Amino acid sequence: MIDWFHPSVFYIVGALLLPFLRGKIQKAYMLLIPLLGVAAVFAMSAGTYWSWDFLGTVLCFGAVDKLSIVFGWVFTIMSFIGMVYALHVNDRGQHVAALLYVGGSLGVTFAGDYLTLFVFWEVMAFASAYLVFARREPAAIRAGYRYILVHTFGGVCLLGGIILHYLSTRSMQVGPLDHDGSLAFYLILVGVIVNAAVPPLHAWLTDAYPEGTVTGSVFMSAFTTKTAVYVLVRVFPGTELLVYMGTIMALYGVVYAVLENDCRRLLAYHIISQVGYMVAGVGIGTEMSLNGSVSHAFAHILYKGLLFMGAGAVIEMTGRRKLTELGGLYRTMPITLVLYMIGGFAISAFPLFSGFVTKSMVIAGAAHDHRPLVALLLTMASAGTFLHTGLKLPYYMFFAKDAGIEAKEPPLNMLLAMGMAAFMCIGIGVLPGPLYNLLPFPVHFNAYTGDHVTSALGILLFTGLGFFMLLKKLDPEPTISIDTDWVYRKGSRVFMWIASKPIASSDTYVGNVYDTWFTRFMLFFSSFLARIIDVRAIDGLVNGVAQFFIGLAGVVRVTASGLVRSYAATMLIGGVVILGYYLFASLMSL
Amino acid sequence: MIKRIVLYIGNPAHAGTLKKLSYVALGLTVVADFLVEREHAVYIWDKIPGWGALYGFVSCVVIVLVSKFIGHQCGVMRGEDYYND
Repeated sequence: MIDWFHPSVFYIVGALLLPFLRGKIQKAYMLLIPLLGVAAVFAMSAGTYWSWDFLGTVLCFGAVDKLSIVFGWVFTIMSFIGMVYALHVNDRGQHVAALLYVGGSLGVTFAGDYLTLFVFWEVMAFASAYLVFARREPAAIRAGYRYILVHTFGGVCLLGGIILHYLSTRSMQVGPLDHDGSLAFYLILVGVIVNAAVPPLHAWLTDAYPEGTVTGSVFMSAFTTKTAVYVLVRVFPGTELLVYMGTIMALYGVVYAVLENDCRRLLAYHIISQVGYMVAGVGIGTEMSLNGSVSHAFAHILYKGLLFMGAGAVIEMTGRRKLTELGGLYRTMPITLVLYMIGGFAISAFPLFSGFVTKSMVIAGAAHDHRPLVALLLTMASAGTFLHTGLKLPYYMFFAKDAGIEAKEPPLNMLLAMGMAAFMCIGIGVLPGPLYNLLPFPVHFNAYTGDHVTSALGILLFTGLGFFMLLKKLDPEPTISIDTDWVYRKGSRVFMWIASKPIASSDTYVGNVYDTWFTRFMLFFSSFLARIIDVRAIDGLVNGVAQFFIGLAGVVRVTASGLVRSYAATMLIGGVVILGYYLFASLMSL
Repeated sequence: MIKRIVLYIGNPAHAGTLKKLSYVALGLTVVADFLVEREHAVYIWDKIPGWGALYGFVSCVVIVLVSKFIGHQCGVMRGEDYYND
């Protein structure tokens, strides 16, 4: 009897075998893997499994407790729904990437040490990037590269933090970090909040998710940010900074969603907004707010997946993604509309839908922790959520002016996937008990009190009133919004401009100065040298020597007459001179 | 069934009926808010009947106006070819 089996093994090994299968067998296999994953989570109980010593540290693949099990549940369930939704897609690469992505996500969830966590973290980043590239359009490929670069930056921060943490504590175990203000603490925090899409490090999400494939973005909406939320709950509970970041996030996403025209980008801004609740809940750090964050992540994965599936179905069937180009689809896609609206009601926290029993726990957590402003601002953000996801997007997509689009309902597998997610959204909303039992701490919270229901309905319905009163102002506009990705999209051009203009032109200037002054001066100096020294001195010397020898030769030639008697006379005179010299020298020495 | 409801809601001829139904729903919500018990209230505003309705409406208006102001006046909204890709 195996006491524990890592669900990632099914996904990662399964992904590697998938390319060898064809047709119906492949489709059955695509559904079998997530089912095995669900079964593995169902069978597991708390404990530590699969630990090995590796180069002096302990690698642990199976740190299982209530927190990791609840994320294991939702990740495996969502992977099944996502696979059903993607069943008709005839692109093996996408399925392989999606399975690896889920495998990475589960690997992070059950990682007991930071090294394992980091490796699976990177598997997620690269596998998910493929889901953007797989749309194979220039805009998608560019967005995919930006996505990879930002995640590489986040990964490097995380790894740097992990190494510094290890050097100071000699421990790789994943657990709450001391709030000691060390560089390791902040580097790990930055690495994680890049993935949680906390502004200003969030722009990769709204840049890449709308560019992914219809089915790929469904997976993306579920896994990256929520895995980061899991790590935040695990490592950073009670970090005060996160309360402010989360509250700002919740409103930031709402503001940008007002301005957005691309339907999936609008939903992506609402991921940021919703993850804001979870981040704030982690920052508050009480049992109630951590329960709120975890349960909201659970509900969010399902309703946000449903919303992305709904918007994806419209994109798949119409080929259009901008609200200004859509409208009047209620006649041809009513089932898609209804299923989408269930997601819309769930994210807006309508009573009887999943968001109501989870989001309110975060807000109640803030209220009980004596943070009235946080509670008020988060409530305001939830009005904004209904305004866009529940009203603006469906109104301009399915109603408003008829754009005259020929469309029909999406394939059955897509509707079935949406139906399963919708069922979960309502199921959790009506019967929150099973979810509450999965949460890491005991739940002492009941969302269904009379005043909570009526005030939530008041907030939502009067938001609706405001929507219809301001309808003219809310008409989508064919624009894009500048966000912090400006820094690396336009800002990089500033960098390139600095490189090409000031640096290149100063280089040219220095070149000209060098050319003008140095080269010309050298040429002038060398021609001076040529004229003076070369012509006068060297040539003069050589010529002078030559002239001297010519003169000498002329003199010598006179003596070299060729007559023997002259030579004999010369020798005789020489001999007399030498003898005379010696004679004279010896006489002088006497 | 679902299809019929959706077609009914979408049909412009029924806009007036839907509007009346919506006003009834809004009214009922406010009335109900006066009738419920408020033993869980943490803050003073939680004790005010109709607070949710007021706060929801004000939030909606503030979000729309502030966002549109930021979008149009602070140069956030740009043409679709802004990044040339």
